Amino acid sequence: MKQYEVEEDLPEAPIATTPSDVIHTASWRTFRPVIDLKLCTKCNVCWKFCPDDAIGFDGVGFPVIRLDYCKGCAICAEECKPKAIAMVKEE
Amino acid sequence: MVELVISGNYAQSYAAKLARVHVVSAYPITPQTSIVEKLAEFVASGELHAEYIKVESEHSALQACISASALGARTYTATSSQGLLLMHELLHWAAGARTPVVMGVVNRAVAPPWSIWTDHTDTVAQRDTGWIQFYGESNQEVLDTTLMAFRLAEHPEVRLPTMVTEDAFYLSHTVEPVDIPSQEEIDRFLPPRERSATLEVGTAMRLGSFTGPDLYMEFRHKIAAAMGRARDVFLEIEDDYARLTGRNHGGPLPTYKVDDADTVLVTMGTATTTAKGVVDAMRADGHKVGLAKLRTFRPFPVQELRELAGGVDRIGVLDRSFTFGAAGAAFTEVAGALYSLPQRPVLRDFVAGLGGRDITATTVREALLDLLTRDGPEAAWVELKRRDGGD
Repeated sequence: MKQYEVEEDLPEAPIATTPSDVIHTASWRTFRPVIDLKLCTKCNVCWKFCPDDAIGFDGVGFPVIRLDYCKGCAICAEECKPKAIAMVKEE
Repeated sequence: MVELVISGNYAQSYAAKLARVHVVSAYPITPQTSIVEKLAEFVASGELHAEYIKVESEHSALQACISASALGARTYTATSSQGLLLMHELLHWAAGARTPVVMGVVNRAVAPPWSIWTDHTDTVAQRDTGWIQFYGESNQEVLDTTLMAFRLAEHPEVRLPTMVTEDAFYLSHTVEPVDIPSQEEIDRFLPPRERSATLEVGTAMRLGSFTGPDLYMEFRHKIAAAMGRARDVFLEIEDDYARLTGRNHGGPLPTYKVDDADTVLVTMGTATTTAKGVVDAMRADGHKVGLAKLRTFRPFPVQELRELAGGVDRIGVLDRSFTFGAAGAAFTEVAGALYSLPQRPVLRDFVAGLGGRDITATTVREALLDLLTRDGPEAAWVELKRRDGGD
């Protein structure tokens, strides 16, 4: 990535040539969601409610938390009907 | 060149057509609507080859223009009052992304109470967004300034969005003869936009990249520096336009009878024309009064004002807006510009004409007589209907 030090180095307009997901935005998470796949019904409700698009799916349709972006807000755990998501304190 | 009898709104439409804009996106709002209706007619009839993007709000209208402008298109939109306020977030985006969008704004009072009449609150409230602002006095000036606005906004030393405002109904819906330059003349004055696009088709890029505290200030300083260069660039552009058309509207702070004046009234927009008649009449009575018109509010004509103020005893500001808790917006700017002078004139603020109330010759005359004879109050609401008579 190009390094900028002073105003003269900067482009006139603040543009980026990399997608915004190169910035990992979850370093300050306090609790992480942990999914119990034995209880999960693959209903996708956690994915629908995640405000940060931090949930994807594995090859067979189970949700996977993208920990680089998950801020630990626990909305997924709150909305999960079978209570398959536990919020676990980060070490 | 042909002369047409047209409204201020149509003056905007004809200017955008002559500029050969690539993209128009707008949402209707009184009293702006006829600007973009006329442009829609031009597109429908094939007189203007532009993408006319219909949207669901002013917020989206400006976003469409910003995106198209970032890809290199010449873009135009227009709005008024509440519509401009809805655009507020995108006004910052347009300047921050350095997209030279040109916008017509018909100055209209802000609700509540609901009003469709003229008032400058809508645009002066956008002074911190990074847009260049011109205030028009006549339909001819609106057309000429809009054409110059495209060249100024797109100038490589500037690259800032620019709004050209006109007073609701006094200009927007009142017709007068307007010289329309020929397409050939304008093609020479305003060639197609140079390839200074921010984004490139086919390359993955994002506008408004995340920037930390280490470099945010430097991006903002780039805007500040561009705004600082805009004055000189505009003077060159206006000279060029004058060579082409014979019309020069007098730069950022046109003056009227100030050479020997000891008292000057600062005006904006259409009230200036009324005030010129008052100055003539008061001069016939022996008062050495003159006028200065704030044609640009951003960049604010600090240099011109300081030169003017050096020779006068009293400056009054006729404000068609009020910044609650302070004074009129133009007054606070004038006072700020003049404070560092070693000898400062007496400064007074006259708030008048809000919500489209007529600023008549009597209004201006009373303000000027008050300015000539009293040192206070600092801000007076002229012709306010109160049992105790106001002040």
